[in-house]
Amino acid sequence: MTGSIAIIAALLVPLIGVLGIVGARHKPNLRETVTLVTATCLFILVASLLTPVLAGGRPSISLLEVLPGLSIAFEVEPLGLVFALIASFLWIVTSVYAIGYMRAHHEKNQTRFYAYFAVALSSTMGIAFAGNMFTLFIFYEILTLSTYPLVTHSGTAEAKRGGRTYFGILIGTSVAFQLLAIIITYFTVGTLDFTQGGILAGKASDVVISLLLLLYVFGVGKAALMPFHRWLPAAMVAPTPVSALLHAVAVVKAGVFTILKISVYIFGLDLLADIGVREFLMWLAAATILISSIIAIRQDNLKRRLAYSTISQLSYIILGAMLATEAGVIGGTMHIAMHAFGKITLFFCAGAILVATHKTEISQMRGIGRTMPITMTAYTIGALSIIGAPPMGGLWSKWMLGMAALEAGEVAMIGVLMLSSLLSIGYLLPVSIYAFFNTPDPQNDGKPVFKEAPALSVAALSFTALGCIALFLFPDPLHHLASLIVAPVN
Amino acid sequence: MAWLGHFNYWIFVFLMMAGFYTVIARGNLIKKIVGLNIFQTSVFLLYITMGKVAGGTAPIVPEGGSEGVVYSNPIPHVLILTAIVVGVATTALGLALIVRINEAYGTIEEDEIQDIEESGDKKERAT
Amino acid sequence: MIAAHLPALQIAIPLIAAPICLLLRRESLAWAWATFISWVVFALAWMMLEKTLTGGAFNYELGGWEAPWGIEYQVDAVNAFILLIVAAIGAIVMPYARASVNREIPEHKRGLFYTAYLLCLTGLLGITITGDAFNVFVFLEVSSLSSYALIAMGRDPKALTAAFQYLIMGTIGATFILIGIGLMYQMTGTLNMADLAKRLPAVEDSRPVLAAFAFFIVGVCLKLALFPLHLWLPNAYAYAPSVVTAFLAATATKVSVYVLYRFVFTIFGQSFSFDVIPLESILLVLSLAGIFAASTVAIFQTNVKRLLAYSSVAQIGYIMLGVALVTVAGLTASILHIFNHAIMKGALFLCMGAVYYQIGSVKIEDMNGIGKKMPFTMFAFVIAGLGLIGVPLTVGFISKWYLITAVLERGWWPVAVLILLSSLLAVIYIWRVVEAAYFKSGDDEVVVEEAPLSMLIPIYVLTGASVYFGIETSLPVETAAEAARQLLGIGG
Repeated sequence: MTGSIAIIAALLVPLIGVLGIVGARHKPNLRETVTLVTATCLFILVASLLTPVLAGGRPSISLLEVLPGLSIAFEVEPLGLVFALIASFLWIVTSVYAIGYMRAHHEKNQTRFYAYFAVALSSTMGIAFAGNMFTLFIFYEILTLSTYPLVTHSGTAEAKRGGRTYFGILIGTSVAFQLLAIIITYFTVGTLDFTQGGILAGKASDVVISLLLLLYVFGVGKAALMPFHRWLPAAMVAPTPVSALLHAVAVVKAGVFTILKISVYIFGLDLLADIGVREFLMWLAAATILISSIIAIRQDNLKRRLAYSTISQLSYIILGAMLATEAGVIGGTMHIAMHAFGKITLFFCAGAILVATHKTEISQMRGIGRTMPITMTAYTIGALSIIGAPPMGGLWSKWMLGMAALEAGEVAMIGVLMLSSLLSIGYLLPVSIYAFFNTPDPQNDGKPVFKEAPALSVAALSFTALGCIALFLFPDPLHHLASLIVAPVN
Repeated sequence: MAWLGHFNYWIFVFLMMAGFYTVIARGNLIKKIVGLNIFQTSVFLLYITMGKVAGGTAPIVPEGGSEGVVYSNPIPHVLILTAIVVGVATTALGLALIVRINEAYGTIEEDEIQDIEESGDKKERAT
Repeated sequence: MIAAHLPALQIAIPLIAAPICLLLRRESLAWAWATFISWVVFALAWMMLEKTLTGGAFNYELGGWEAPWGIEYQVDAVNAFILLIVAAIGAIVMPYARASVNREIPEHKRGLFYTAYLLCLTGLLGITITGDAFNVFVFLEVSSLSSYALIAMGRDPKALTAAFQYLIMGTIGATFILIGIGLMYQMTGTLNMADLAKRLPAVEDSRPVLAAFAFFIVGVCLKLALFPLHLWLPNAYAYAPSVVTAFLAATATKVSVYVLYRFVFTIFGQSFSFDVIPLESILLVLSLAGIFAASTVAIFQTNVKRLLAYSSVAQIGYIMLGVALVTVAGLTASILHIFNHAIMKGALFLCMGAVYYQIGSVKIEDMNGIGKKMPFTMFAFVIAGLGLIGVPLTVGFISKWYLITAVLERGWWPVAVLILLSSLLAVIYIWRVVEAAYFKSGDDEVVVEEAPLSMLIPIYVLTGASVYFGIETSLPVETAAEAARQLLGIGG
């Protein structure tokens, strides 16, 4: 019972936070305090669900039935819990970062920013805890709607153009493909509940099931599988905290989370392994990994480069799901966490550089490591984690994915993973090298001045960088939780 | 020559087409209304003609009973009385609209009205 | 006493109230009277729906004349539901009308306006309730003539040409219907719908019946603005007074759809309409073409009322698509969308009326930054607009859900895909307005106030309904399903 209250509270707390934020709009300090308190409360609520879930419980609550068999219901299972934990935890960190960033950057409409941010987190919780595909779809759409004002925050023509691409692709794919897949599923099975082992097995012909898989995977535009990836670079016009939390964690992870969830609870791994088009999607994910890495190398704008890196890393998780093995799912789930910590650090750094030096292009960042040593050290840690090098957390998820590929007999996929690691060295590390080993541009008088971003921002990015290392040292709790996803229910 | 026997229907068809054509082809709004009238009238004729029974009289019961009297079906006539009223109302409303259009645009030619409307749109866009 | 004469009162009250309204010289009295009558009519419609849902269909002989001779009113779940929609929209729109009409219509015409409105309401209710084919034509003309007059009262001179165009096309449509009814009478000797349904099968192979069907369908499709017979609609809706647009958009075409249901399913019968005549494929093609063509044209409109009018043409496409399926599920979706679309479009046009009230324009470029100046109105617009797109938890989603399930039931996969793709067009045209309202900055020096409460409350009643019935779906869904079963003659 307490579990179900916690679920509802997790959805409502950010919304109550919105009221507080809007109420305190004339007192920035109070407003930011409200945000922080809300974020902390949310994390505590989500963490309180950990005990029952680890004990094998599945707290759930059903709110109302819209149509027969079509209800708004929530159920907490390990996969959703992992996602919710990461998102709510990083919200605290991001809020700390955002306070420094937004003030130093003199952004306008900060109240609107914090308010929509909280709405986005509420819908992320809805996605994480959704008990059926219908509920997930609703919150998926709310997430798109609530992040649109964040993407177009600056209100410039470029922001509006980016916002249109963002909105068009996400709404377009979800309405045209995902909704159709949901309706077909409901039509053939009569339920949309997430069920261990899947609901589709034996209910439809192979053709229908293959079609459904395609519709679902392409319908989740937030997973940024090529060719529906263009919204992510477009969304980079947003303020950096948005890019960091939403477009490295909440929104994109909502996408791959949905794909994992569908793979495990709608199709079921056994069924998934038998579907022919799974192979095709796996190769498509592999292609996305490699192609976007190559594109990333050619980007000079740091945030865009990171965006393409995100596209590539997201496809790791899709790949994990499409391997249709338990290890693949566990690896994918772990990668959600590992990539979240790594990429948010990188985005924090990109934002810190922007605030401190107003530089966005990598070619301008020569010697910046001497003026911003903390930031660039954190950047390097984050980059190493994304690459998958020890001693960073990213190693473990790549390890698990590699094992999964071996287990599934897909040797070629190991090759893809290795190649992609090399490519990611190629697009992430040069920034560090530029920053640390190149001399600054002559117009800076050649004299490096210590000039870091605001203290709060630097604290946040150092913290997440340390998180990457901590995840390397203590991956076991995460691995344990992830392995519960595919463990037989007792 | 069997089709000649249905000449009343041919008249209906001819009037209907003539009226319809006028509505579509004429640019003058009054002429459109005239065409519409012809079009409607043709339908009145259709109703009247279908109610007529060969050799029938008016449907009034004569003194001494109606035994053996052939009379035309009165219902279509009644219906058409209603339809005529509707037609008159339509015409009146149409003409009233034309008066107002003439006041607003200074013309009742469809193409000229269209020109005025379009140039108005353009002017609005320019400002 | 009242219970026994419900059907007659439903028509007689607004009909008698109209001339009285004309006699009330003061504008405020006329408005109060029209509002009062609208509410009475709504209460009657509600009672009638209750009666049909509990006691089944019933007949009412007007003036005590027995059926084939006298005019009979037949009330079943189908038309009781439509009656309720029409009456409810009237009852919601009227409180709103006062402020809007005072702003848009010169004082000496306001009494006439309310009179014409009551006549239009009478006509729409009459079409729906009557069981006599010729009576349909009469009431159709009552509602049409009064709506031509209502549209012509718009402030823009284009309202006059729009009304005239509508008059020409509407009269042609009505006359086609008259020809169809005449030919049916010629073949069967009756005008009573129930009688027609009994006698038509015997002569259904004859050429006059085929001609009757063709004339009738074309005439009705003109009135209900099925693509490509929709040309009168965009200008008429765009330039009519705001109240009229909201009222007509939510009711007029819907009632014509009802006429189509009644004749195609009850009178001609499903087997004749769909087996002898390929109505299914005709409607399928035209409705899909309409959905895409009209939605695409809507995207390029600069006048938001015109944009919404084109969207209405597209929505008619969804409604007719449900008819083309000829299944209980399809018809349920169709009837459900009549209800849902009436709510959403009513709300959207009312929002535009409020905008027009405050800034005197509904052009997109004049609405820049209006989201900040009229936050409540534009919030309602967004919610209702989301419904039009078909976002979950709004009525639009429920309609689409039922329609797509019905389409899948027939195995028409590509159509299901097309329906969803068409939602994307709705996303674009609604988003254009939202973008202008919220993300473009307008002239900050021009002070624009929020609409008065008398306008906001009706707006929020409809917007609230569009969310409420998107979550608590049982009333419309069950009624629509029952109506669909009755139309197809399945079950009770």
